[in-house]
Amino acid sequence: MTSTAHPPDEVRILVPSGMLGGGFPAETVERGLALGADVIAVDGGSTDSGPHYLGSATAKTSAAAVARDLRLLLRASATAGIPLVIGSCGTGGTDAGVDWVAGIVDGLLAEEGLALSVARIYSEQDAADLVAELDAGRIHPLPPQGPLDAATLESCTHIVGMMGAEPIMAALEAGADVVLAGRATDTAVIAALPLMRGMPAGPTWHAAKIVECGGQCTTDPRSGGVFATVDAGGFTIEPLDPAASCTPTSVAAHMLYETVDPFQMREPAGTLQVREATYRALDERRVRVEGSRFEPADQHTIKLEGARIAGYATMSFSAIRDPHILENIADWAALLKQVLAARVRQTLDLVPPAYEIDLRLYGHDAILEALDPATGPPREVGVMLLVHAPDQATATAVAKIANPLMLHLPTRDMAYLPSLAFAYSPAETERGASYEFVLHHVVDVDDPSALFRIRLPEGASR
Amino acid sequence: MSADRRPTLGELALEVRSKNAGPFWVTMELFMRDAEGYALVADEEFLDEEVVARLYGLDPADVLFFRIPELNVVKVSFPRPVAQASLRDRDVHAGQHHVPLAALVPGSR
Repeated sequence: MTSTAHPPDEVRILVPSGMLGGGFPAETVERGLALGADVIAVDGGSTDSGPHYLGSATAKTSAAAVARDLRLLLRASATAGIPLVIGSCGTGGTDAGVDWVAGIVDGLLAEEGLALSVARIYSEQDAADLVAELDAGRIHPLPPQGPLDAATLESCTHIVGMMGAEPIMAALEAGADVVLAGRATDTAVIAALPLMRGMPAGPTWHAAKIVECGGQCTTDPRSGGVFATVDAGGFTIEPLDPAASCTPTSVAAHMLYETVDPFQMREPAGTLQVREATYRALDERRVRVEGSRFEPADQHTIKLEGARIAGYATMSFSAIRDPHILENIADWAALLKQVLAARVRQTLDLVPPAYEIDLRLYGHDAILEALDPATGPPREVGVMLLVHAPDQATATAVAKIANPLMLHLPTRDMAYLPSLAFAYSPAETERGASYEFVLHHVVDVDDPSALFRIRLPEGASR
Repeated sequence: MSADRRPTLGELALEVRSKNAGPFWVTMELFMRDAEGYALVADEEFLDEEVVARLYGLDPADVLFFRIPELNVVKVSFPRPVAQASLRDRDVHAGQHHVPLAALVPGSR
């Protein structure tokens, strides 16, 4: 799997799904191999589900679901003799996430009797190293964040740098069959092999963005993966589910998905520009895209992600069906907050911000609150109390003080005590550490791979 | 819809959706059915930074608009007003925040 002296005419990429562990039909991979895939690439993580996964260095996906997908992909890689690249291992892309996926891979290779070499690329960053970069003026905020201070870096439980294609290319060049990358851009995982084989950057990065969410760019987002063919003039994309289609609209619309700006996308090495791109139907299922450009940046930058513990949370959940309380639900909630604050002060001698609560009225206005365009009394309401405090014991103590109120609090005009509907017992659930993302910054680098540690398989060398 | 009121954007569109664009931004799209629908939502007299700022409690200067006639789409992005998964965040993926936009009624700004 070394690079060739002369570029091939095209490079074919099999993306089985938008997320490792998300599941895909076995036929997806069979069909991709039949179409002549040169590489299998899949994303293993994201920030989309919140800072918990980076902050705690744990995965959103179950080991069983990841193993199920990996077994099919490792078999396919071995059968076809093509590399498998997985990015953002373990959801957050921490070192622990890479090692977690690597452990699953090692077990599967032994079970299946497959002799594939596995490279790991670690992307976790040491806060002290980054403080030195900060002091040297090489860390810059991305909007809407402001400048960074050393204390913020040092407060993170985990910091990762988001790699571009270069470290992955280095591992592939060194002969790895399987590359398990820490935090990487969704696109870098897909772009690495085509770039290594000499495909042009514009079509390569654009194709990578279109296929990174699997079937999302097809007429049936729930269908299995997608297949992209990149060549000197552009790229062609088709779904791997024979019943699904790619149309110019479904493909072009994917540039909108989870992007701030649909016309340009910054990568570590430069910016993809797609404003001039054209989308043309080749037939009922395949779309040809041309005119995408990649503008190399003057300064290579690596985006940082970091999470820290914001506090500890305890949750309680009760529910109301009594029509009289529901007619006065906003007043009832205000009364609960007032009585709770008084009792916490009385019993724990605490006032905010020593603790904070959020009282959510599900069925009334929990999701949108004041932004909600609808009005009218609800039929039933779920009352969620979330308490945050600097330690778990305090959060739970406040929630326990709220317990009799969430069971028996009447409205101001009621002459008796109602009994409300707790959803389970005990009412209080300790949610543990609550994390927050605190970095949205880039660091200038001279070497695109400098922040990443590549651990090549034993015996592999150029 | 009843006969005595005009349709909302949600009723006129193929789809109105919202989602995180990374942890610090929210983005929304109005996918209209045709050029006529697109013309309604692309009309700055009806929908602009000020209107979105009012709907979501924002500074209009923070609202980015993308009008894409080729797709009959208007896309809006703005910084996330509440930090993702913080105590006050009731929508971790920002996937339900399209509703105020979808409730707008063309012709009754």
